[in-house]
Amino acid sequence: MATYQLNVNGQTKKVDVDPSTPLLWVLREELKMTGTKYGCGISACGACTVFLNGVATRSCIVPISLIADQKIITIEGIASDPVGRAVQNAWVEKDVVQCGYCQSGQIMSAVALLKATSKPTDTNIEESMGGNLCRCATYVRIREAIKMAAETI
Amino acid sequence: MRAATKMKSDLHLNRRSFLVASSAAAGGLLVSLYLDFPVLAQEGRPPAKVYPPDAFVHIKPDGKILITVNRLEFGQGVQTSLPMVLADEMDADWSQVVPELAPAADVYKDPVFGIQMVGGSGSIAHSFQQYRELGAKTRAMLIAAAADRWKVSPNDCRTENSVVYGPNGKSSRYAELAERAAHQPVPNTVRLKNASEFRLIGKRTPRLDSRAKCDGSQKFGLDLDLPGMKIALVAHPPVFGGRVKTIDDKQARSLSGVKDIFEIPLAKGSGVAVVADRFWTAKQARDLLRIDWDLSGVELADSSQLWTRFRALVRTPGNVALKRGDENSINRIPAARRLVADYEFPYLAHTPMEPLNATVRFEGDKAEAWVPSQFQTMDQMTIAQVLGLSPDKVTFHTEYAGGGFGRRAVIDSHVPREAAVIAKRLRGTPVKLIWTREDDVRGGYYRPMHAHRVEIGLGADGMPAAWRHVIVGQSLVAGTPFEAMMIKDGVDATTVEGVVDTSYNIPNFHVSAHNPTVNVPVLWWRSVGNTHTAFVMETLIDELAVRAKTDPIAYRRKLLKPDAKKLHAVLDLLDEKSGWRKTLPKGHAAGISCHECFETAVACAVDVSVENKRPKIHRATVAVHCGLAVNPLTIESQFQGGIGFGLTQLMGQGAITLKNGRVEQRNFDGYTPPYIGDVPVAVDVHIVPSTDPPTGCGEPPVPVISPAVVNALARLTGQRYRNLPLAQI
Repeated sequence: MATYQLNVNGQTKKVDVDPSTPLLWVLREELKMTGTKYGCGISACGACTVFLNGVATRSCIVPISLIADQKIITIEGIASDPVGRAVQNAWVEKDVVQCGYCQSGQIMSAVALLKATSKPTDTNIEESMGGNLCRCATYVRIREAIKMAAETI
Repeated sequence: MRAATKMKSDLHLNRRSFLVASSAAAGGLLVSLYLDFPVLAQEGRPPAKVYPPDAFVHIKPDGKILITVNRLEFGQGVQTSLPMVLADEMDADWSQVVPELAPAADVYKDPVFGIQMVGGSGSIAHSFQQYRELGAKTRAMLIAAAADRWKVSPNDCRTENSVVYGPNGKSSRYAELAERAAHQPVPNTVRLKNASEFRLIGKRTPRLDSRAKCDGSQKFGLDLDLPGMKIALVAHPPVFGGRVKTIDDKQARSLSGVKDIFEIPLAKGSGVAVVADRFWTAKQARDLLRIDWDLSGVELADSSQLWTRFRALVRTPGNVALKRGDENSINRIPAARRLVADYEFPYLAHTPMEPLNATVRFEGDKAEAWVPSQFQTMDQMTIAQVLGLSPDKVTFHTEYAGGGFGRRAVIDSHVPREAAVIAKRLRGTPVKLIWTREDDVRGGYYRPMHAHRVEIGLGADGMPAAWRHVIVGQSLVAGTPFEAMMIKDGVDATTVEGVVDTSYNIPNFHVSAHNPTVNVPVLWWRSVGNTHTAFVMETLIDELAVRAKTDPIAYRRKLLKPDAKKLHAVLDLLDEKSGWRKTLPKGHAAGISCHECFETAVACAVDVSVENKRPKIHRATVAVHCGLAVNPLTIESQFQGGIGFGLTQLMGQGAITLKNGRVEQRNFDGYTPPYIGDVPVAVDVHIVPSTDPPTGCGEPPVPVISPAVVNALARLTGQRYRNLPLAQI
């Protein structure tokens, strides 16, 4: 066990965990922030996507020992970012969600895309969102919501 | 049998006592009295079900209206659409409606199936009338309360937006009337609205759970956190039904945070439970276990051997599922007008995004369970049985589920069973059992693999005159309590659905099936038998249309029985809405399919090209006949998403295979469902206007898409695609 000081959504959090624990499980079990989801544990589905220093990252494969002072933003904190807020609103406006389990990760990936590319093409969307699995296959509406958010930013 | 008068007095007493208790607790009103009205039944007649409104509606003093949903919400949107139905008849203020998922209780059982469940696309189909009546009865009781208070006739009162209006400008909000309304008798009959009076039913209504699912606040079963809760993982045998011989857990136990490690019985065979403070600890500990497995007497299922077996079986007649006309007439048709087609479909996993889980706390002589369950009745009974309790001693909470597609409706309740077995040993401690994704992909309960062989003889007009069809696949229900209901004359009805009930008019039609036993647990996968039968039927019909040099929609119309009203309607609508088929760019082709299941008819047209040796689906146009469309917005989403789900079986890695008893895939790297680039860029959904009773929309989207796509590919390449998953084009 080791103690780590984390910067999560602008707040400092202290945790005492095994150094190999993935960030995902620290968020979910130590910090009780369950918006970030476990889907596969091998970075194949994107449900656990968070930002590390602004980069969309699969938190299920990043051990806590490698986080150091990187700024962590999760779905719970993304609304304070104007792009994050716009994406969430577009998601609601387009009635994207079904079961909703993957949508935290979808939204985080969409925010990352729109920060890099303000007016994404279909190909941009397929590349950037291509690692986020949705078994309800809400993809058609995800695509529409990204384009809608792009218009409002 | 109890007398009606006695029941009424019970109802009265129960209501009173419950009201007192709940008024004290919440200052509320129409409360959740749990009541399964037994029977006004006479001999030989099924009992008439009466659903007390107070088990479904709770009007709070602040005007909020809690509506209990007797279903799991796992994406299908029933958490919005059933409250819409009730709120419409109740004239409730929609902005104040709050849905709640019902716990397990008799009153929340599916009115048709008789158990509490989601399946068979029945949520709206079976509960539409029920929720209308509940809303209308609640409204009548609120009016009665207002009339009572104002000393006027109920006939002089009307309602709108959670307010009762009476004569002389009198008005009262529902919240003010709620307590008095709870004391009114529940009316036996109520007038329901005419369709022209609907305010919510039929309107595109946004989901009520969107915001919470976009900001991370929606809690799913896996998110549950209880004081003192432990996490459990189970090491399952590498072969289904294997048993633990020896466990070396020395290293595993050395990890800090490991609470217990012990062998547990499974639905079949045995496994090793690891209980720890945290998931990561439990996972590391499980990885460190050294287990010797006893596989003696256990069949080692192997895909290639199974195919050999199935290919031999499919060439022999099976148990007869349907016989129409002359079975041997095909032999008299000239060879040039005959064709034989062989199809093969692999095992498919459901892989809902939220991994399987169940939380159980066994304390004193009762238990509490939290399960994202499609099968509350069975899961509750199983937990009770494991713990030696009666089911009413198990408080069963229905948790929001991250998808399911059938995977959370398991007859042997193996996940809650494991959780209960572990909770029994850790009495007093809440235990959350988690199946990792690897457990899920390797854990069985797949859509079974199937072989089909179809021999067709064509008439001189190019239409099928004789059709002989053999299907091989495991039964979903053999050896379970569902067997008596679903296996007829040695044929599992789910194996042959979609063929025997086809609306195509084939004069000489013979269908038989083999249901071999294989040591791989199998399960219904969204749309069940239609996942493979529609593929066979719709690709063959398309092939016949090509042979007849006839437009695929025209050919289908000609072959459909005239009374297949819904299918004719969707083909007409599809024809009208898919004008793009006539102006496709070079390298693109259109594919058509249609299918009716769960009483909903669907027709689909796709625009497909080949990119990087894979089908690229540019658009899909879908026409739907589902009776009255309760929430057209949800229906649109279900069809857009259901199409994507259906494409799972076309994916290059869309198959579960076994070698020497072991499943060869472990996670999404080996079993790969569709991502955003694999589904159509755009899907437009068109609904046939109808006032027929509403029918299901959860499963009917799934069967149509794969045959439509390969029908388009066939036009591009001249090849037929009869074995799934789809290899490189």
